[in-house]
Amino acid sequence: MSSRVIPFRGSLTSRDQAAVHEFSWPAVIFIPLVAVLIQIFIPVRARFLPIIDLPFMVTIFFAVARRHPISGCLTGCAIGLMQDLFAGPSHPLGMYGIALTIIGYLASSLGLKIDVENPGSRFIITYLFFVAHQGIYYGVAHGLLGQVQQWSWSHVAISALANAVIGIFVFKFLDRFKQR
Amino acid sequence: MDTFLGRYKNLIVLAAILFAQIIALAVQVRRPTQGGDTRLLRLWAISAVTPVEKAVVHTQKWVHDTWNTYAYLRGVRRENRELRAEIDRMKVEDARYAEDARMARRVQALLAFKEQYVDTTVAAQVIGTSGSEQSRILYLDKGSKDGIKPDMAVITPAGIVGKIVQVFSDSSQVLPINDQFSGVGAALKSSRLQGILRGASNGVTTLQYVMSDEKVEPGEEVITSGGDRIFPKGLPVGKVVSVEPGKDLFLNIRVVPSARLDQVEEVLVVTKITEKMPDSKDLGPLRASDILAERLPTVPAKPEVDATGKPKPGAANGTASGATSATGTAATAARSGAAATSAANKPAAGSSTAVASKPNGAATATHGAPSGTTAGSAGAPKAPKSAAAGGTRPAGTVAKPLNGAGMATAPHANPTAPVPSPSPANRPANGGETRPPSKQSKPVPEQPPNANPQQPSTPPNGEQPPQ
Repeated sequence: MSSRVIPFRGSLTSRDQAAVHEFSWPAVIFIPLVAVLIQIFIPVRARFLPIIDLPFMVTIFFAVARRHPISGCLTGCAIGLMQDLFAGPSHPLGMYGIALTIIGYLASSLGLKIDVENPGSRFIITYLFFVAHQGIYYGVAHGLLGQVQQWSWSHVAISALANAVIGIFVFKFLDRFKQR
Repeated sequence: MDTFLGRYKNLIVLAAILFAQIIALAVQVRRPTQGGDTRLLRLWAISAVTPVEKAVVHTQKWVHDTWNTYAYLRGVRRENRELRAEIDRMKVEDARYAEDARMARRVQALLAFKEQYVDTTVAAQVIGTSGSEQSRILYLDKGSKDGIKPDMAVITPAGIVGKIVQVFSDSSQVLPINDQFSGVGAALKSSRLQGILRGASNGVTTLQYVMSDEKVEPGEEVITSGGDRIFPKGLPVGKVVSVEPGKDLFLNIRVVPSARLDQVEEVLVVTKITEKMPDSKDLGPLRASDILAERLPTVPAKPEVDATGKPKPGAANGTASGATSATGTAATAARSGAAATSAANKPAAGSSTAVASKPNGAATATHGAPSGTTAGSAGAPKAPKSAAAGGTRPAGTVAKPLNGAGMATAPHANPTAPVPSPSPANRPANGGETRPPSKQSKPVPEQPPNANPQQPSTPPNGEQPPQ
């Protein structure tokens, strides 16, 4: 129900302090759930939409808003495992879980150092973390499970761009759920 | 110690969570779910989400249908006119295809060919996806309550979609053909080259295991081969869009699926496939031209020789004609009774068919074999009577001359199986039954091979070939 103010440990921004936002429990539970539901439902009508990764965006949003690495880890883990549940029998539980756990940790750690409230930094963060997310997933699938995966830099770059652009609007919408 | 834990608390938690998930992955990889087994977590999650998805999809469909049926009727008259014109055009095409189909069924009946038919289907609605690019799983609104089972084929009128991989009570999962874990037995429609259609993580489908020395053209249609025992044979799969040399002596053939996998909303689940013989009752009389058109060339067999090294009389070892290589040895069948090779020489059209083994072990179908023989022809001066060994038609069996062409089969395990043939001359051959020579039996005429394979030879005794 409140937002704390913590000093920046880094110097990547002109601001000296940044707010640590908190969310209500219903928001913490239902926002990721709705994101996963939309993710599995929307592509029925528009099959190109899987390149838009709403659960990934929600993970980033919660991680940078809370600025707490453990919280970021757990949120990423939970959302990733939810995605794994619907990915089919050939997709073991944990592939997205591992990827989003790491992304949640990195995003919340980065949130401690830089200002992530303005659209420009959100765009860059989303873009870079999407590439990292794809790389981690590829590493898990290819390295740990031995699955044959295609890696295309152009496809990843375009997907990251699309997610970064849409992420700005999604973050703007999710800002409403912050408790100040 | 407290300082260490306090300083690296975040990293320790991260490592612990990752370690737990990696262990979970290892357990799943080591003990993959078999058949219809599902992880309990998945079952709960899917069971919880399915009603919501169903409600949303069906509501959306209702609104869409209502709007399109009662409100949005612009252009319906024009569309109706166009559809009527198309129906008229298709009626003309239909007549031609019906004739082709009748001919194909006659030949299938002749060869005792069992065909797979899509018997029963269940219409289903796509209500969800995996939501990720790496997995292309689709969710259907029909489950085990509707008779859906794993490994059932999922199709649309345009082409195949995939197969059922997991079934829940009210929903089921489809593995589309463009998923990286999918594999479908497929064949090129014109060249009949067979391969395996595989998906990839980027959604591209390729036909694999076609040798690089084969000629494959872009635009060629790909159909199911039936080899995977999931999809019935002959369903449309897609079209070849590019052919490139791949690795390991195989071509890399990229195929675009016929069904729009990125837009599919309603599908048919094939719940029952019937394997049956074509019904030969309504096919009309068997025509010699139909049979001859389907004859395949056979490999010339060595002539039978006796102890002195001379060819045995009656061994059907004649070469059919200069233009063709339709040769065969009826004596081969006579040699052991278990031999699966028998053939007849057909000089008439320069082709011969040797049906060595029938799918169901059906006994002889000796269309046109001259009377008194199981396998005989004008090309073989004397067909051996012993060629009937092992349950094929014994000597003296009635066999209608058919343009001088004969087709013989080797003995089968089930000699009592009926022979599907509309011709009255082809009766089921009973293994031990020996019928006396019939009045219809005619001696085998010695007839020189027809030099011109395009010109059908005259049937024995000047009879007209049966039409």
